[in-house]
Amino acid sequence: MYDVVIAGAGIVGAACAYECAREGLKVAVLERDFIGAGATAAGMGHVVVMDDSEAQFALTRYSQQLWQELASELPDDCEYVQTGTLWVAADEEEMSEVRRKHQFYSQRKVPSEILDARSLDAAEPQLRTGLAGALFVKEDAVVYPPCVARYLLERARDLGARVLMGRQVIRLDDEGAGFDDGTVMKGAVMVNAAGAHAASVHPDLPIVPRKGHLLITERYPGFVRHQLIELGYLKSAHKSAADSVAFNIQPRKTGQLLIGSSRQYAVDSPEIDRSILSRMLARATQYIPTLAGLSSLRVWTGLRAATPDNLPLIGRCPGYRYVFAAAGHEGLGITTSLATARLLIDELMSRSPAISPEPYSVQRNTAVHG
Amino acid sequence: MTGIEREVVIVGAGPAGISAACVVAETGRSALLIDDNPSPGGQIWREQDRHGSDWQASHWLRRMHLYRVDVMSGATVIDGDPGRRAIVCETANSVSTIRYKKLILATGARELFLPFPGWTLPNVMGAGGLQALVKSGMPISGKRVVVAGSGPLLLAVGAYLKGQGARVLAIAEQASWSRLARFGLGLPKQPYKLAETWQLKRALFRVPYRAGAWVEAALGGTVLERVRLRVSHRYWEAPCDYLAVGYGLVPNIELAVSLGCQLSGGCVQVDSMQQTSVPDILCAGETTGIGGVELALMEGRIAGFSAIGDRLNAQWLFSDRERFRRFARRLQKAFTLREELRHLPSEETLVCRCEDVSYRRIAPMSGWRAAKLHTRCGMGPCQGRVCGPAAEFLFGWNCQSARPPVFPARIDSLIEHVDK
Repeated sequence: MYDVVIAGAGIVGAACAYECAREGLKVAVLERDFIGAGATAAGMGHVVVMDDSEAQFALTRYSQQLWQELASELPDDCEYVQTGTLWVAADEEEMSEVRRKHQFYSQRKVPSEILDARSLDAAEPQLRTGLAGALFVKEDAVVYPPCVARYLLERARDLGARVLMGRQVIRLDDEGAGFDDGTVMKGAVMVNAAGAHAASVHPDLPIVPRKGHLLITERYPGFVRHQLIELGYLKSAHKSAADSVAFNIQPRKTGQLLIGSSRQYAVDSPEIDRSILSRMLARATQYIPTLAGLSSLRVWTGLRAATPDNLPLIGRCPGYRYVFAAAGHEGLGITTSLATARLLIDELMSRSPAISPEPYSVQRNTAVHG
Repeated sequence: MTGIEREVVIVGAGPAGISAACVVAETGRSALLIDDNPSPGGQIWREQDRHGSDWQASHWLRRMHLYRVDVMSGATVIDGDPGRRAIVCETANSVSTIRYKKLILATGARELFLPFPGWTLPNVMGAGGLQALVKSGMPISGKRVVVAGSGPLLLAVGAYLKGQGARVLAIAEQASWSRLARFGLGLPKQPYKLAETWQLKRALFRVPYRAGAWVEAALGGTVLERVRLRVSHRYWEAPCDYLAVGYGLVPNIELAVSLGCQLSGGCVQVDSMQQTSVPDILCAGETTGIGGVELALMEGRIAGFSAIGDRLNAQWLFSDRERFRRFARRLQKAFTLREELRHLPSEETLVCRCEDVSYRRIAPMSGWRAAKLHTRCGMGPCQGRVCGPAAEFLFGWNCQSARPPVFPARIDSLIEHVDK
């Protein structure tokens, strides 16, 4: 009998396991594949503060501060680098968005700075000329998520947690976790941290896959220095139901570049969609024309666990007494993993959390109006 | 982007690809031979072989010129779409979509590298790699060379290097005498059968051939200085300038896999007409199973006839193909790699050279994908072509993964190749 049985060894499951183990709880983590095999491996690893909504801001900012605390102890292979994010504005309309964002962050004490066209050019000379400017959000960072997940689980293991790989959970209820071979692992509390697969265990969870493509290049150290995202991203990525692409590029510690991003709704096949890949890369070269000549090593896809209101599901699952969810993090699971784990452990230990957990409760009405 | 259309498109201009292309071109049909090297010949033939003493090479290379086979050299196939019968091809300054009625994959094989202490030192090379370098002009005369690994290639390489003036100190074959004898390949102290088969016996006069011997370590500071061999229960060590190691060949299946072709035993699965599991895609040569030049030529011709619908001419060659396949199977069994080779790497020996990943970091991983994600093994420019097969041998993992592009490709190539 375990105190906590966690289904999923992605970064969210790993963070939850670490927090629970730190409280002295007896933890088991069940993973059908291996550590970080899902969206944790497929994603970019961008630790970013978002301002889509107050709730999104609160969770991402809280989590970012937890990342800053964790950073000093992370091993080298986690590749934590505080690159900052440059939200790139193509025109004057997007510059007004830069100013709005700047004000939003300033009011909430998030360090940011407005760059005009000339300072943007100095900061990132590979960007095409003629862009209007950017917002530089200084404390955003870049990290290599699979190794972070492994590190968190190693720490949890040092504190007595058990990590079982190759075990697929098909049932998670008040009794425990049921496997495909009919056996059950009993626990006092069960946590569904199965990411994009969370709904296959609990079909009531409003999670749908949202497919993304990424490309990684060979090594070009210093080609770009910050995470670069077009400001149109917010318009295109979240607020429409159609397939979309956006310019989003990340410098890795190795000198490689990760290029994204794409969003396709309700697609769960892993195949690479050549036409959306082409659109995604064409978009990137509109911002950085010299990208066209760089050599790409690999293209892959991943599934984000999307919810209707783009906020994760953290807390007790309706219809159960001892089953909790920590899933539905869409494209922000790396950022919000650490805060998710804190909210979860605070709820389990009946402590008052650092931020209000209400907006992420599983019972909330996730429907989006207007 | 340019668009090209041919009746038969052949990928790979080694023996299999060239013979297939000749068969097609001889009937007057439009054929295109695509190859990533600067000139046709594959890993085994070179342009100068057209006028050389290797009669097979000169025969086929001349024939290719005689029938004016259309060759696109320096071109890499980076992607494909079997549904539209198209492949995408990148050259130094262009990208083109090439449509086919029939596609023949003759992508050949590469050398299998197994890590041992010192294998990454300069002047430690693949056996075929060193031969290729010497063929393209690297001076070897008077240099001390040890050739090691497994299989008939070692004899060919040893003979060639000796012919070029190298001092071949030893040829170390990991298979034991008893094993070679059991498969009818060797008699005490000389691999007569093999040397005869490859007409190398005289060329290897006075070169010590040690069976049951393998490289324990390559020693040296910044460059190779000495080689330590294990010969059954003893050690043999000697100073040398080059170490050429080849543990056999690995079929280049990446393009076939990305097109959806089914595999069997790590090779592309084909029927008697060299047809793969994907309609209108055929495969010939080492990619369907390691078997040597004769088998590759035979399969290439059959694939050529098959592609143009000439079943009768293809069937004429079946019995010859079967004979070569039988011999290839016998070789495979005789040269099966011994267990000891799995234990050669030390903790610090690099398994992945692109990303500098040591044996110690890879060994605890649960599988290939976990090793890639957690250690970066296989994530470098070779896309796991070198360390993948090594990890497969060392750890018994399935190291196949097919992610486009098939080879590193320019970003603009990935933008342009889609039909808009």
